[in-house]
Amino acid sequence: MSRKLEIIVLAIILIFAIQFVYMSSTTDAEYTGADGQAEDAIMEITGGTYEPVAEPFWEPPSGEIESLLFGLQAAIGAGILGYFFGYYRAKKRYESDLAYGEKSKSEGDSQSV
Amino acid sequence: MHIMEGFLDAPWWQLWFIVSVPVILYGIYKMNRLVNEKREILPLLAVAGAFIFVLSSLKLPSVTGSCSHPTGTGIAAIMFGPAISAVLGTIVLLYQALFLAHGGLTTLGANVFSMGIAGPLAAYIVYKAGMKARINFYFVVFLATAIGDLVTYGITSTQLALAIAYHEEGILTLGGFLAQFKVFAAIFGLTQLPLAIIEGAVSALLFKYVVNVKSDILVEMKVIEAAVVRKLRGSSA
Repeated sequence: MSRKLEIIVLAIILIFAIQFVYMSSTTDAEYTGADGQAEDAIMEITGGTYEPVAEPFWEPPSGEIESLLFGLQAAIGAGILGYFFGYYRAKKRYESDLAYGEKSKSEGDSQSV
Repeated sequence: MHIMEGFLDAPWWQLWFIVSVPVILYGIYKMNRLVNEKREILPLLAVAGAFIFVLSSLKLPSVTGSCSHPTGTGIAAIMFGPAISAVLGTIVLLYQALFLAHGGLTTLGANVFSMGIAGPLAAYIVYKAGMKARINFYFVVFLATAIGDLVTYGITSTQLALAIAYHEEGILTLGGFLAQFKVFAAIFGLTQLPLAIIEGAVSALLFKYVVNVKSDILVEMKVIEAAVVRKLRGSSA
């Protein structure tokens, strides 16, 4: 299998990673969230008078808890992705292995595709 | 990118619910029908949803010295269309609103509209146009998902600008809207551009693996033509 796309994607990620390492060590950029900046902008525009019409029911009590829940979200997603790609990969492999034994059956399958 | 809890006042947050809810309902209907017809798409649906889970949980640093996160909804849009993407997007947005105080329940309608509907719709249109023009499949996926990501943030900026311009002047004028739009577009747009590129690249890669292991179902759903799959397999197998 050609790995061209993987190399391109890796190169793109590397460029941003290097840029990040460089920027974060040479400037004092704070890397705050864009949503928070929008919140600040709203406060500035309205002269600090803006009152949110609602408050979150529950907020993560600390940055640690917040990153735990974000990590959990990523882990759930990654787990599902890994499971199904593994499942499909193995399924395809066994199907093609079986196809040697049952050639007529696999031809029937590929016809329906 | 989500609009924070409470940061859209009346009538805006209600308005976005009115727009989003019918799409979500239609998406649920479409999803049920699709799953009943073809049970074998269920894993693919899970993959598309899981991809949104992963990508929207990653807060990435951007060139501008601030952080934001990709949306991941482009994949779902390409595979299942914008309505089903709206359902998947809603699940993720609910998780983040309830457990992370990220986004919010009053702003859920607006956030579903930007991330679940408008962005995916843009991705879907770009994808269909690109495939019609017979451009390289992976490049089309890259473009579609990256543009979908940017459109999401463009809509978020629009939503905030509309609400704040109205809040400030008590009446909505084009000039007032544009002045606010510039502020929010500057915050979100610049941060998002590099992230959109990364999202596009990673989405293209995910699609490569789906095509490798499960292209028959994509062909069956008319996401991709059999001829394109053969060509991709020929060049990458």
